[in-house]
Amino acid sequence: MTILTQLKEQITAQLPKLDMVIGWERGYDALHATPLFIRAAEDVERLQIGPLAVHNTATYLTGLKNKKVGVVVKGCDSRAVIQLQQEGLINRENVVVFGFPCDGVVDLTKLRRHIGDIGRVKEAKASSSELQLTLDGQEQQMALADVLADKCTRCRFPNALVHDHFAGTPREAHAATDDYPDVLAFESQPLEARFEHWKQEMSRCIRCYACRNACPMCVCRDHCVAQSRDPHWVTQEDAVREKWMFQVIHAMHLAGRCVECGECQRACPVDIPILALKRKLNKEIKEVFNHDAGVDPNAIPPLLSFQVEEENINERGW
Amino acid sequence: MAEAKFIANDKLTAWLDELSATMRVLAPTRQGDAMVFAPYVPGQNVEMGQEATAPPKSAVFPASEDLLRYDYRKNPEDLGQVDVELLPTITPEPTLVFGSRPCGARGFLVFDRVYDGAKYKDPYYLARREATVFATIACLQAENACFCHSVGSAPGDAAGSDLLLTPLDDGYVVEAVSKKGETLLGSSLLAAGKKKAAQAKKLREQALKDMGDPQDFGPAKDKLLALFDDMGFWEDVSAKCISCGACTYLCPTCYCFNITDENSGLTGRRVRSWDNCMSFQFTMEASGHNPRPTKAHRLKNRVGHKFSYYPALHEGIIACCGCGRCIKSCPVSVDIREIVAKAMAHQPPAVEEAAK
Ligand code: SF4
Ligand code: SF4
Ligand code: SF4
Ligand code: SF4
Ligand code: SF4
Repeated sequence: MTILTQLKEQITAQLPKLDMVIGWERGYDALHATPLFIRAAEDVERLQIGPLAVHNTATYLTGLKNKKVGVVVKGCDSRAVIQLQQEGLINRENVVVFGFPCDGVVDLTKLRRHIGDIGRVKEAKASSSELQLTLDGQEQQMALADVLADKCTRCRFPNALVHDHFAGTPREAHAATDDYPDVLAFESQPLEARFEHWKQEMSRCIRCYACRNACPMCVCRDHCVAQSRDPHWVTQEDAVREKWMFQVIHAMHLAGRCVECGECQRACPVDIPILALKRKLNKEIKEVFNHDAGVDPNAIPPLLSFQVEEENINERGW
Repeated sequence: MAEAKFIANDKLTAWLDELSATMRVLAPTRQGDAMVFAPYVPGQNVEMGQEATAPPKSAVFPASEDLLRYDYRKNPEDLGQVDVELLPTITPEPTLVFGSRPCGARGFLVFDRVYDGAKYKDPYYLARREATVFATIACLQAENACFCHSVGSAPGDAAGSDLLLTPLDDGYVVEAVSKKGETLLGSSLLAAGKKKAAQAKKLREQALKDMGDPQDFGPAKDKLLALFDDMGFWEDVSAKCISCGACTYLCPTCYCFNITDENSGLTGRRVRSWDNCMSFQFTMEASGHNPRPTKAHRLKNRVGHKFSYYPALHEGIIACCGCGRCIKSCPVSVDIREIVAKAMAHQPPAVEEAAK
């Protein structure tokens, strides 16, 4: 039995006890999957998983607090469920988790770098190792590895870390460790160059806040400091300073909570590589507190806890 | 109108250099992995092969602009008395938008009815609109998200543009659409293009044919209104929406704005900036009441405004140019075509009951 068939059976069995189950289905074209809200038995047929099912289904959980919701999750999505649970932002009893082993997802921005425009792809078939496209009447084939999201090439937790139902057999991790080589490489540049990079990148930000709303851990949403009108913390100007300010706020509010699902960056319509900011903070959190967000349901995020003395901060030795 | 001209591929940069000597030229520019309209720098290689990520909306309607500057002056004789000095700031810059698609230029026809209408004239908008010229590239291949032909436009639509460029293998046929456009045809870099104009026309017609049958969104006007109170319908179609503003900020026809006073001590600026109906603050009232409290209410507003309320006020004209940006840039692929079609196909439950 395929993993998908197994998932569908599990969902069908649980659906009568749930208000909905969130998964993915084919979107407006072959390359774009879209979140699927399964409410009736016949909706289950539309469920799709695989390298094009990119969205983090856990993003919807905090908005559905009073419902009984099932979520189909990849490894990274499951980390968001755990993190939300850790912080008391969801009631785990109301959430039924359907997990499966994940082979990784396609980064459509990377795909664009490969084939140019992705707007006219007519057919797309993805296996666990290849992506096959029909574009302008021609078939193109590429290794999935070439267009896989960066987060997947370094993924340590491809199997749902928390689940009430699991389809398929757990797979091996894509990588054993993550030593943040990307962050280290960026940091080897002079400060001015780094700041210049961000000024450049942020200049095309349209302040749409897709990065914020796509983030499963950004839970202030309607009350976000970036848009509050009273007090008016951040101006409405279309200025790099304001946009940058918001990204820094986002990154700081996610320190030790970011599960690196990459949704913020994926959602950005103008492809600003903002995951790097969160990676930087996660690297520091790891070094100082030895904490991985969304891995252990019983852990407490370091910035939500207080210890008189932190192990890795040698206050008395100063 | 003047006869058609032709610009060879290898002369394009020189032509843009020439044009940019006398005005600001905004052209599709690659920034990172995105394509945005940015001031052309002489010698730059302009990429016109694909639709830009962001439309040229900000050329006429900037993401934020100062409406006025103000200064509070305390009366030294009577400190309780404060005078305000106001300085209006209208500073349009002659601008050429080069290489937008028909949908990007046509978006301003939707704006015009609002900001340059019989009742209201917006001086800030008018000044910029007047100072802006559009040299548009006809699309020869539509993308999967495109549906301009379903909202009264076409991939070769010249409405709203001043010049229309049609790509051939070796260059572009350049045709003037307006008097403003004609004035740009004086360059000696342009060759006669009359003979090639017929070929260009054929290509444009073929592009329209390739899009297949259009959908008729006309009936949506009344259907959407009939569904106004059916929150079940709106909750269903907005379930996956994450209520960000990407769709509206990238939309060539979204024109809502917010006005804030940005103070610094005794001086400040009154800023007009893009607002968007997908945001909680959009209709938030000072009392704390919000008539559009959920994402379902807000998506209803976006779809309803474009396909029902606007057409009702403006002779049936749909306030969407079919560019598809809200579809392809939506983080969760919400498809406005699908929502409108669903609304048009929707049978009120009472009718279903009766049919049983
Ligand atoms: S990060 Fe891991 S779990 Fe998430 S999509 Fe990539 S491979 Fe799958
Ligand atoms: S900040 Fe980005 S990567 Fe981190 S949890 Fe939020 S969306 Fe995911
Ligand atoms: S999603 Fe991108 S464009 Fe939108 S606010 Fe975030 S960084 Fe800016
Ligand atoms: S429709 Fe898409 S782009 Fe628009 S607010 Fe909803 S999620 Fe964001
Ligand atoms: S509603 Fe969507 S398709 Fe229509 S003009 Fe706006 S962005 Fe383009």
